Amino acid sequence: MSERSGGSAGDATAAARRQAVSVAVATGLYGVSFGALAVAAGLSWGQTLFLSAVMFTGGSQFALIGVIGAGGLGSAAVAGAALLGSRNGLYGVQLGPVLELKGWRRWLGAQLTIDESAAVALAQPDQASRRVGFWWAGAGVWLCWNACTALGALAGEAMGDPKAWGLDAAAAAAFLALLWPRLTDRRTGLTAVLAGLVALVVLPLAPPGLPVLAAGAVGLAVGLSGRTTATGVEP
Amino acid sequence: MTDLWLVVLVASAACLGLKLAGAWVPRAWLDSQRVRVGLSLMTVGLLAGLVVTQTLSQDGGLGLDARLAALALAALLLWRRAPFLVVVVAGAGAAAGLRALGWG
Repeated sequence: MSERSGGSAGDATAAARRQAVSVAVATGLYGVSFGALAVAAGLSWGQTLFLSAVMFTGGSQFALIGVIGAGGLGSAAVAGAALLGSRNGLYGVQLGPVLELKGWRRWLGAQLTIDESAAVALAQPDQASRRVGFWWAGAGVWLCWNACTALGALAGEAMGDPKAWGLDAAAAAAFLALLWPRLTDRRTGLTAVLAGLVALVVLPLAPPGLPVLAAGAVGLAVGLSGRTTATGVEP
Repeated sequence: MTDLWLVVLVASAACLGLKLAGAWVPRAWLDSQRVRVGLSLMTVGLLAGLVVTQTLSQDGGLGLDARLAALALAALLLWRRAPFLVVVVAGAGAAAGLRALGWG
């Protein structure tokens, strides 16, 4: 909490900080299941920790170990992770004028640009609290995510079959939970259904990883084929 | 260096590179509404594909098991506006419970 006499700006930054911390704790716990699933998919402890520290973007990390665990091609695992990671680049573009970073802070800020830090930052009412929200959420998630990945990787070796703990279902539920808030209109919903159906058809025919890329291609094609208007793009 | 390390390193470099590109790319490049909508719907497509494959893939083919029931519970919880962590833990719990009972 801010020590200053309760001005509204101080309240806003304190609120941003609280929101950032709660988001960091929640996603950090989810890191336990990443650590355990990564080890179960055949990654070493070092590879698992490296992904959380350097790749540091949950959707891509789960996509990568999903393909590896299913025995898919390395190239498909890389492509899936990279395509999912492209949205962080978009967040970076949106956050540029908010953060106005220079020098080493710009590099650090880029690495901490993920779903959670972008969402917390862009939800705040003013420039100062947006910056506080970004740094607290980014750094907080990084710390919790990595600590919990390490815990999960250790636990994963001890817990045996991850299926008995439902960890494969946890990953499916997590992807649905990441998708859900994006389903804000009819067009996005129809795109998700169409992409899901394509993945379903391709699944028995292609090596693991490709069904996901095919689904992404469907989404991209729908998005690019829309008619652009002054207010947005219509199908 | 094993192949798996190569995959981990290349994929991490790609994801980090995309983050850095976002911080340095001139804003005008992505100012097109069409590009923004395209990339945002690509993410929707990828996530939908991941939901399907993570739920239904089994030994290189399709298969129904406890994961589908867990996903249905997750959808119900999301519809009821449950927080992310509750959804994930409930999904795991549902699948683990069903398997303990010998289903799927």
